[in-house]
Amino acid sequence: MSTVKIPPVLRSYTGGEKEVDAEGANVGDVLRSVATQHPDTQSQLFAETGELNRYVNVYLNDEDVRVLEGLDTPVGGRDTVVILPAMAGGS
Amino acid sequence: MPSAAELMRKVKEQVRQVDPTEVHDAVENGNGNRPVLIDVREQTEFEDGHIPGAASVPRGFLESRIEGSVPDRSQPVVLYCASGNRSAYAARTLSEELGYEDVRSMTGGITLWKDRGFDVEVPRALTTEQRSRYSRHLLLPEIGIEGQLKLLDAKVLLLGAGGLGSPTALYLAAAGVGTLGIVDDDEVDVSNLQRQVIHTTDRVGDSKVDSAEVSVHAINPGVEVVKYETRLDASNIMEIIEGYDVIVDGVDNFPTRYLLNDATVRLQIPVVSASILGFDGQISVFKPYDGPCYRCLYPTPPPAELAPSCGANGVLGVLPGTMGLLQATEVVKLVVSTGEPLIGRLLLYDALATSFTELKVRRDPDCPICSRDPGDISAEEMGVFPDYEAFCAAAG
Repeated sequence: MSTVKIPPVLRSYTGGEKEVDAEGANVGDVLRSVATQHPDTQSQLFAETGELNRYVNVYLNDEDVRVLEGLDTPVGGRDTVVILPAMAGGS
Repeated sequence: MPSAAELMRKVKEQVRQVDPTEVHDAVENGNGNRPVLIDVREQTEFEDGHIPGAASVPRGFLESRIEGSVPDRSQPVVLYCASGNRSAYAARTLSEELGYEDVRSMTGGITLWKDRGFDVEVPRALTTEQRSRYSRHLLLPEIGIEGQLKLLDAKVLLLGAGGLGSPTALYLAAAGVGTLGIVDDDEVDVSNLQRQVIHTTDRVGDSKVDSAEVSVHAINPGVEVVKYETRLDASNIMEIIEGYDVIVDGVDNFPTRYLLNDATVRLQIPVVSASILGFDGQISVFKPYDGPCYRCLYPTPPPAELAPSCGANGVLGVLPGTMGLLQATEVVKLVVSTGEPLIGRLLLYDALATSFTELKVRRDPDCPICSRDPGDISAEEMGVFPDYEAFCAAAG
């Protein structure tokens, strides 16, 4: 079971949860498990093609999965997956 | 009891001494074993002229400050003073009481050094008021007089005198940043005062740049404030940002962040960027060509419904203080060239949990902006991103 950190802008889709536990052997499976548990996150995370949306960054621990193997990056049980959309608030 | 002269002679017999010519050769043609030069005279004597590259550790502060300049006790050290007497006493202290292994006192001091025709550096001096005002910086070896002079010469541009810009401006003014540019077209509203601490209740209705200037000058009248009562856009960005050493980004919308990124990559100006929402903040430093740019981190902005502003969603009033002061700290580090700036790293702060998460940010070899030479980035493509029109229409 991996821990997925949910960013502030997505928490309204996870019932306010900041962290979601999810099963999966790779990053894609883990994120699909999040989408299964919280269906409203599906369209925020994934494009209709099943690819990750370009504006959503995903990190396995502290590394961007784009420089690893993307959605195919293997995930261990003690790993943390961080979902990170851009934020622009400043005032 | 020995006389002062006898004691001096005895100390000089105990310590190793070195001729100025030998020191000059070692410093000029220094190989790996170049000695650290320490001037043990009083600060005011140091400021009247010292050997280039020497650090000032007055003899009265020798024991407490030497580790700041020479942390490694095996490193070769040459001490000098005016004529070679004070440095001999200091050399005895370093080798016999503090365990420094390779300490020498320069014979004849800086007087003989000058007689031999070697260079002396006369540093720009701080005024008496500045020495007092910045004394806690001057005590830090990482800043010192050189770092403080860099701060006094620095030009820092703040985008917005709002939540993030308020604490940043106050502390950068206090730190002695010489020129603070402030871009903001807004007026102070009473709803700003919960977090925008540069403004005050009696200045509600005033322009934010004017209000910020009053607070900056109240803290430090020596800071030059350059006010830009406007919104940053494609028509004015190059004119406004050119000539600044560091830009502090706290803007509240994506189109301006992309525009700023592209313009700063073109002009190679580092940006200390932060954003806040609710109880969460993030910060990174984008230093063009040394690390990733904003587009490497966020190739495209989120759709408008995932890009709320603080106005619509609320923000803990203290949060921009925390994030703004992290920004101010990064600015000082960049200006002084010390420490490890937050380049290639994104720091997330969760105020409710009191937890920090650090993520790596890589340069994108295919980045549409920073993978190219700065001169090749045209005015037409700056600030443009996929679906720009739709994004701006949706954002209203």
